[in-house]
Amino acid sequence: MAIKCKAKMKDGMVEVKALMKHEMETGLRKDSKTGEPIPAHHITEVVCMHSGSELFRCNMGPAISKNPYLSFTVSGPNVGDTLQLSYVDNMGETDSGEAVVK
Amino acid sequence: MKRREFNFRLASITGFGVGIASGLMPISVLANWPTAAFDTETTEDAANALFGESGMIETDAITFKAPDIAENGRVVPVNINVGLNNIEEIALMVPENPAPLVSTFVMSNQSNVAVGTRIKMGKTSPLVAVVKADGKVYTASSKEIKVTIGGCGG
Repeated sequence: MAIKCKAKMKDGMVEVKALMKHEMETGLRKDSKTGEPIPAHHITEVVCMHSGSELFRCNMGPAISKNPYLSFTVSGPNVGDTLQLSYVDNMGETDSGEAVVK
Repeated sequence: MKRREFNFRLASITGFGVGIASGLMPISVLANWPTAAFDTETTEDAANALFGESGMIETDAITFKAPDIAENGRVVPVNINVGLNNIEEIALMVPENPAPLVSTFVMSNQSNVAVGTRIKMGKTSPLVAVVKADGKVYTASSKEIKVTIGGCGG
């Protein structure tokens, strides 16, 4: 269970693609057997760090699909640099991953 | 009070504090989640909660890439291109969802940014993006995306 991510230099900008494994429960659904509402459980923040400083952050609400995909372009990192991605969800669970810029 | 300060205070008095106490969450990662903005029910309220009531400028510099028809509202791939300079934050909204704010993307003074993700859509709706760049707030909306099966449960 780690964040799968890739980073690629393209026209002077780094394109980062990340795939996370997460249920992303909205809190609006009900259990089909008991009728009890299923509590919300979703990623709240994904942070991309580059050499110790924050490069990009995504605040996610429950309307992001299950097993979230995230892509973004940023300028700053060079080829060979390592980017660290991590997420935290509303129940405090975290996960992380790394990508080397190609 | 500034938004970040407000959220930090909110986080410290609500349940988020529990996570810090038990050492589950790295503090740097959770201080800024805009709780108030994610709780709003209209795009205007969400934008005001994020960027303040400073009037939004319609722009052509924000473009969307999304399907015309989403067969499954649970997974709708969306790409946004923002051709502006000094972009600080991009907010993605679906006006017809129970809570319109889907996500925000925060960066420091980037230019010509493209972001992509997959979102849930409850019913047929356009997309709205609100972007803070160069100290101004810009907005644009996409064409309508037709949703045949909703993705918000119920």
